[in-house]
Amino acid sequence: MAEEHKEIDALTGTATTGHEWDGIHELNTPLPRWWLWLFYLTIVWAIGYWVVYPAWPLITSSTQGVFGWHSRAAVVTDLAELQAKRGPMMAKLAGASAAEIAGDPQLSDFARAVGRVAFADNCAPCHGSGGGGGRGYPNLNDDDWLWGGKLGAIENTIVHGARSTDDKGHMGNMPAFGRDGILKPNEMSAAADYVRSLSGLSTEPGADLTLGKKVFADNCAACHGPEGKGNREVGAPNLTDKIWLYGPDKQTIMQGIQNGRGGVMPAWGGRLTEPTIKALTVYVWTLGGGEK
Amino acid sequence: MTKVRSMTLDRPAPEAPALARLVKQAQAAVGGSLPEDDIPLYAPRRKIYPQRVSGFFRRIKWAVLIVTLGIYYFLPFVRWDRGPFAPNQAVLIDFPNRRFYFFFIEIWPQEIYYLTGLLILASVALFLMNAVAGRIWCGYLCPQTVWTDLFFAIERVIEGDRREHMRRDAQKWTARTYARKAAKHFAWLMVAWWTGGAWVLYFADAPTLVKDLATFQAPFVAYAWIGILTFTTYTLAGHMREQVCLYMCPWPRIQAALTDEYALNVTYRYDRGEPRCSAKKAEQLRARGQPAGDCVDCLQCVHVCPTGVDIRDGANVGCIQCGLCIDACDSVMAKLGRPARLIAYDTDINIKRRQDGLAPFYKLVRMRTVLYAAIIAIAGGIMIFTLATRETEGISVIHDRNPMYVRLSDGALRNGYTIRIVNKRLKKREFIVGIDGLPATLIDFVGMPPRPDGRQLVEVGPDQTREVRVTVTDYANKAPAQSTPIVFKLIDVDTGETAEMRDHFFGP
Repeated sequence: MAEEHKEIDALTGTATTGHEWDGIHELNTPLPRWWLWLFYLTIVWAIGYWVVYPAWPLITSSTQGVFGWHSRAAVVTDLAELQAKRGPMMAKLAGASAAEIAGDPQLSDFARAVGRVAFADNCAPCHGSGGGGGRGYPNLNDDDWLWGGKLGAIENTIVHGARSTDDKGHMGNMPAFGRDGILKPNEMSAAADYVRSLSGLSTEPGADLTLGKKVFADNCAACHGPEGKGNREVGAPNLTDKIWLYGPDKQTIMQGIQNGRGGVMPAWGGRLTEPTIKALTVYVWTLGGGEK
Repeated sequence: MTKVRSMTLDRPAPEAPALARLVKQAQAAVGGSLPEDDIPLYAPRRKIYPQRVSGFFRRIKWAVLIVTLGIYYFLPFVRWDRGPFAPNQAVLIDFPNRRFYFFFIEIWPQEIYYLTGLLILASVALFLMNAVAGRIWCGYLCPQTVWTDLFFAIERVIEGDRREHMRRDAQKWTARTYARKAAKHFAWLMVAWWTGGAWVLYFADAPTLVKDLATFQAPFVAYAWIGILTFTTYTLAGHMREQVCLYMCPWPRIQAALTDEYALNVTYRYDRGEPRCSAKKAEQLRARGQPAGDCVDCLQCVHVCPTGVDIRDGANVGCIQCGLCIDACDSVMAKLGRPARLIAYDTDINIKRRQDGLAPFYKLVRMRTVLYAAIIAIAGGIMIFTLATRETEGISVIHDRNPMYVRLSDGALRNGYTIRIVNKRLKKREFIVGIDGLPATLIDFVGMPPRPDGRQLVEVGPDQTREVRVTVTDYANKAPAQSTPIVFKLIDVDTGETAEMRDHFFGP
């Protein structure tokens, strides 16, 4: 049909398509053949792809492809491979107690690796990514433990939580001495100064430490002990050391006495698998403050 | 439908130099000279049929070809005993274990700067070659040249030498023509396949991989790489040939910018060759006392050229300086009883000097050759020195990001670190880790109880690293500064060799 357009462009020696705009002729330079063939090949490839893989969306599903390959199934396969690879060590972890794990260097290395990941996924939001804690959330790297720092105690705390919904969880609140009208403001102030003096911190000039000591003995010693060394049964912190969960300043201590304290840790018993909890236990225990 | 031939690489070449013809046509059409920017940029490919040649440079090229390809194909099978904890292949790039073995050298990934050093040496060596005698690399050593040379040789064996091959291609193609072509491509593919096959042997134990490849048990990636390299070798050496040198390779451009007037190049000595005339005419002219050159315009230099250039046009980008035209011309000169080396490694300066009746002048020791040689000596010396004195143990330290420090119940401060101890020896070693910079410290190795004798040793397996978490507690009474520089010291308990790493101890 285009025979009549077989016009040769003088400048380039190439045929034109016969199209012309304002004296400008369009040269007929077709795509290279190798390029065209590659293009056709991609079309053929696409058709093959539709046949082999899930491709076309239907109303409620999609075409499944003749091989039945599915990206989700591939993920499942990969996960299964990973589980199989971890299998022997995970089985050892499941069969050993936390103490046995901590005693076996190879198993301990594995447990800490598993624990570190589990910690980042579950614990880091409150305790910080390295277990450094924060105001009201215990630092797990130090040697001060509210509920005990031995392997069994740590595992127990993880499984059942503290002040959690679990019946076996740790119980015990610091009462709101001020809000509930148990102590008068001057008694609270004296008690706060006395508490600061327990760990060698300065007291306010004119502080009535005698009153403070009496108030402490009458109200606080039941949980914190007569010497203020705390009681892990009820999660009462040691008031004589250098570690403060909420802060060592008098105002913060006053706030605690006024309104009470009671940080909550959820129970992880039903939420994490047993080997994971063991791994977490060993990881937390080895963060720096684990007790023998 | 109008049938217009598309531009493809395999399109038959026009008879005359196509570009000149196109320009001429276009000029005729517009009736005058073309503006410079209207000259077509595309030059159709002229198929090159290089003629067989023999001589000094051809022998060098054969020798280089045999040696380089021999090394390439057989090096993976050379064994080198390193003991039970390392592979016994002399040259091995072990990706899964992140090691590179080269005879007695073992390179870890963090020592990749040796590769940088090697690349510096390679590039400066290339510059030095260029300063001494032009494109030695291109003409003799470049893989593109070596494989193309081999493919040309195969082609000449199967399709015949230049004239025969050209005649057969021009004639009507018969079944025999197709059979020859098929045989040639098959032979090329076999060489290409072997090339790809040898490549993958550098990345795994060669004898094992050969067996696995043959029994179809090798990993897919091995087959894929063999396929890729078969394809590239076949395409580059069989089909693209001189096009790679002319259009793809950056070195000719860089080389042209780096060269100087004293560098030896394959040069047509036009002082001797011009004016060109036949042997008979030259005799007549000389008898009359008129000038006659030695070049008889036999075009042998052009016919043997693998890139199809005419060396008599002077130095040009297309010339890879392989010296084959020297061999071709020498054989012609020998037949004519004229002195050899009408084409030779020479400089334009010498041509001018001869024309002026002066003796030729070769200047090998120049600023640039001395400089390049010095860089090679210095870079090579540094590499050898660092390789010979490099430490076989190392320590790296990462301070905990969170928490930066921990206050213990008795007020002491503690910092956590993750340290990695490197043992590059091919045997198990035991190390002590200590700290300098803090007066009263205690190091705890997490999950690593001390030995029964009370010593805290860290055992690291042969050719391995070990990551250990340690906590450092400062028991000094006064609170340390916000940041105290400290040094972790690693000591091999058997040999006393040490390694150090600086870090900090943080406080509030």
